[in-house]
Amino acid sequence: MQKEFRKTVGTAEQRIDAVEKSTGNVKYLGDKLITGMLHAKVATSTEAHARIKSIDTNEAWKVPGVRAIVTGDTFPFPIGPILADRPPIAFDKVRYYGEPVAIIVADYPYQAKQAASKIVVKYEKLPVVNSVEQAFQEDAPIIHEQLGQYTKIIDNVYPVPGTNIASHIKIRKGQFGQAWATCKDTITATYSFNLSDHAAMETRSATVEINPDGRVIVHSTSQSPFTIKKILNQFFNIEVGKVIVHIPMLGGAFGGKGAVQLEPLAYLASSAVGGKLVKLQYEREEDMMTAPCHIGFNATVKLGVNEEGKLLAGQYTFLIEAGAYSDQAAGITRAAALDCTGPYHIPNVWCDSYCMYTNHPYATSFRGYGHPELTFAIERTMDQLAKQLNVDPIEFRLLNAIKPGHSTPTQSVLTENNIGDTAKCMIRAKELIEWNGNQTTVTENGKIRAKGVSLFWKTSTTSTNAQAGAVLLFEPDGTVKLSCAAVEIGQGTKTILAQIAAERLKMNMKDIHVTMEVNTQYNPHQWRTVASSTTFLAGNAVLAAADDAIRQLKKIGAVALQCSENDLEVGNSRVYLRSKPTYGIDIKTICLGYKYPNGHTVGGQIIGTGVHVQRQLTEMDKDTGFGDPGPWWSVGAQAVEIEWDEQNYTYEILKAITVMDGGTIINPMTATQQMRGGIFLGLSIASGESFEFNDKGVIQNPDFRTYQLMRFGEQPKEYIVEFVETPNEDGPFGARGIGEYGVIGAASALANSLSSATKTELNKLPLTPELIWQTREVGQ
Amino acid sequence: MISSNTRKYTVVSLLVNGVSHDVMIRSADTLLYTLREQLGLTGAKYACGNGDCGACTVLVNGKPMHSCLTLAIESINDEITTIESMKHSDIRSAFVANWAIQCGYCTPGFILNCHALVNEHPDADDEIIEEWLKSNLCRCTGYQEIKDAVKSVLEANKLKAKENSNLAQ
Repeated sequence: MQKEFRKTVGTAEQRIDAVEKSTGNVKYLGDKLITGMLHAKVATSTEAHARIKSIDTNEAWKVPGVRAIVTGDTFPFPIGPILADRPPIAFDKVRYYGEPVAIIVADYPYQAKQAASKIVVKYEKLPVVNSVEQAFQEDAPIIHEQLGQYTKIIDNVYPVPGTNIASHIKIRKGQFGQAWATCKDTITATYSFNLSDHAAMETRSATVEINPDGRVIVHSTSQSPFTIKKILNQFFNIEVGKVIVHIPMLGGAFGGKGAVQLEPLAYLASSAVGGKLVKLQYEREEDMMTAPCHIGFNATVKLGVNEEGKLLAGQYTFLIEAGAYSDQAAGITRAAALDCTGPYHIPNVWCDSYCMYTNHPYATSFRGYGHPELTFAIERTMDQLAKQLNVDPIEFRLLNAIKPGHSTPTQSVLTENNIGDTAKCMIRAKELIEWNGNQTTVTENGKIRAKGVSLFWKTSTTSTNAQAGAVLLFEPDGTVKLSCAAVEIGQGTKTILAQIAAERLKMNMKDIHVTMEVNTQYNPHQWRTVASSTTFLAGNAVLAAADDAIRQLKKIGAVALQCSENDLEVGNSRVYLRSKPTYGIDIKTICLGYKYPNGHTVGGQIIGTGVHVQRQLTEMDKDTGFGDPGPWWSVGAQAVEIEWDEQNYTYEILKAITVMDGGTIINPMTATQQMRGGIFLGLSIASGESFEFNDKGVIQNPDFRTYQLMRFGEQPKEYIVEFVETPNEDGPFGARGIGEYGVIGAASALANSLSSATKTELNKLPLTPELIWQTREVGQ
Repeated sequence: MISSNTRKYTVVSLLVNGVSHDVMIRSADTLLYTLREQLGLTGAKYACGNGDCGACTVLVNGKPMHSCLTLAIESINDEITTIESMKHSDIRSAFVANWAIQCGYCTPGFILNCHALVNEHPDADDEIIEEWLKSNLCRCTGYQEIKDAVKSVLEANKLKAKENSNLAQ
């Protein structure tokens, strides 16, 4: 039967992982049960900042089934992805409540847990740095005394020894000081919020087994399989080739599984029991308190306009709360700086972005990598400045929206290809929200309805050599196995890559079988599955691999069909003459070699390979930030309508609108899923999520009962998602990245709508009724 | 049924998905732990261990229960249904058809809860749906697609019931 190829890019193909997820058949890491596997548990710090005087493991050893106990002196060396500042197990000092101080390995999880509770640590308490503002004070207690001696793993990190500043990133564009003096109107405003949690439904876990031949076999819930190899090589001195990392499908990640924390712990645990298979799985409370979380933030934004209301100058001071260790917060500090203006054309920019240590759990990447946070500050300022100037906030945004020909804060020049159409997104969102100029209305039952908008932008801040590879292996029946190291975290990436392969090969998408799990021994290298980069990097790699396969198919096809390769086309699982499509041969008869009638065979398996690496990205200059840090900027607009009850300060979210320009949309339904889910996540964080710390730096709400995630019924009554598709020449079929973007403008759109409704400037998160009441009634 | 009892372990039979299985449990073992570790039914997930998220939901005598808050020993006289027996359920198909699945980790718990919901409340309105599904957390979707899935099954069931009553007349 001839299978007719139909276009798949742009089609809402069903996700290839949906059915097995619906039946409970997908094996997440925790579902891979192996008899005889040992279980590890961490004993954690009960102080936020203290010197470790002694660790007594005697009582813990008495628990039946305990096989090993590992403490920080086993491996007293700091590790980290950007700045190596974190011993895997606390050594000498603890710097946050919940930090691992020992690992216990036992036959069963309950035994390990029991033993962990019997570890006795004597501490000498040190003063606790309990906020990012406190950390920034000159006389603040110092959290890392050896800050000047830590190894820099990447170049763009600038610690300031003798302070709590893990990195200071500067942007200096134009002449800020002079421009500021000439501004007709200016505004200064400050914003803040605490650390919060990724709260992926699947908690983090890892297993490690060390074979007698030295191979280290890791299974992990990670977005960064090759980073695990790198870290085990860099810090534990294991040959890269001897580290094999397996990643099953993940139960959500949101950036929180990009960090490498559990794998070194499980490695140390396995080492302690002679290399036996050891599993470390976090319980929810550990996932919230011990594992890395979402940054806290404090920002002061100053904006100035000229007579026409055009932005002339912007100054941005970001205090990014890293918590106890810098991890990815150091990278977020840079990412927030390089996009500090939001999608606005501002000729004179001055930004100081500080990565700040505190005695809180440490933070890592979170969906949006600094952008939801900076956008909250920028878009609130835009609304307040528009009000001050007495202009419509949407008109004010449109007047200043960034366009091709302008440059970013790092002076990257924007072109028709590398940035989407910001204004078009804004105008469409304005129509969809039925904008009536910041007016509030009162409903029949006395509630106040208000709308808020936000623009957003983000580049994909990868390393300058970030890359992905793809291999297409043809099976005897002419179908294709697609091997790549993109991690399926729920975003649907495997479906997208199958569509891209099918489109280029002009094959039925059902004939593309994607490797769902990652195995670093078989899959080609991929930087990480983060930064909305997979469609772009892995997608381009798949295209290159498909082109490679097509070349090979034509070559062997030319032999079989006795013609020139140049006369041939590939499509519908056939190789055929362009001028006479009925004359051709099925791929299945040539993809493992062409067999002549006498049995002689030429060719062999068709294996298409492809790689895509970022092109011409540069590091940022230390003093000015000058550089090309990302390949493109996806942009969009979001709008929210709320109904606020003045009696009790509660509110409902009626509409949540996202209009996004991510270039060509490969699959409109998976893209819509990402946008809806993104704005939902952003609204959940903005409306209710925050770690609460007591005066000792201890989280008071480390579980899903007290940490308020948005529940069913609290979500927006209506989601609207639309796409503007300004194609990107460099992307696969014109695509840019979209994965993180839905979350970026959510908090600011919500805060803008509530600020209108309450006639109060709401510049903190989360926007709980209590916070709104405090701000409005108490004035702080 | 308790088959044997030692100081540490007890052998009991559990009726799961219509089949009786002997399992060896400690008195502190949760139903979730036993289903997963002893029977390999890993569709029910651990996510909070505290009854806050519903990822561990199974049906006990047709009613949704948090298996992380239920002891295995408590369940010896009950009929337990897990996601593994839901392959042919309408609500499972509706989750796929309505794009209600992203990472999939909360999905089994949601599907079982929704299955019980449409059985118990064939006329469920938004309020009842919200009341029932508030017990389950999803971090990926934003809930809209899940609501659509439930409503599509409720509607289809109503149509079927109407057709049946027409036939009966």
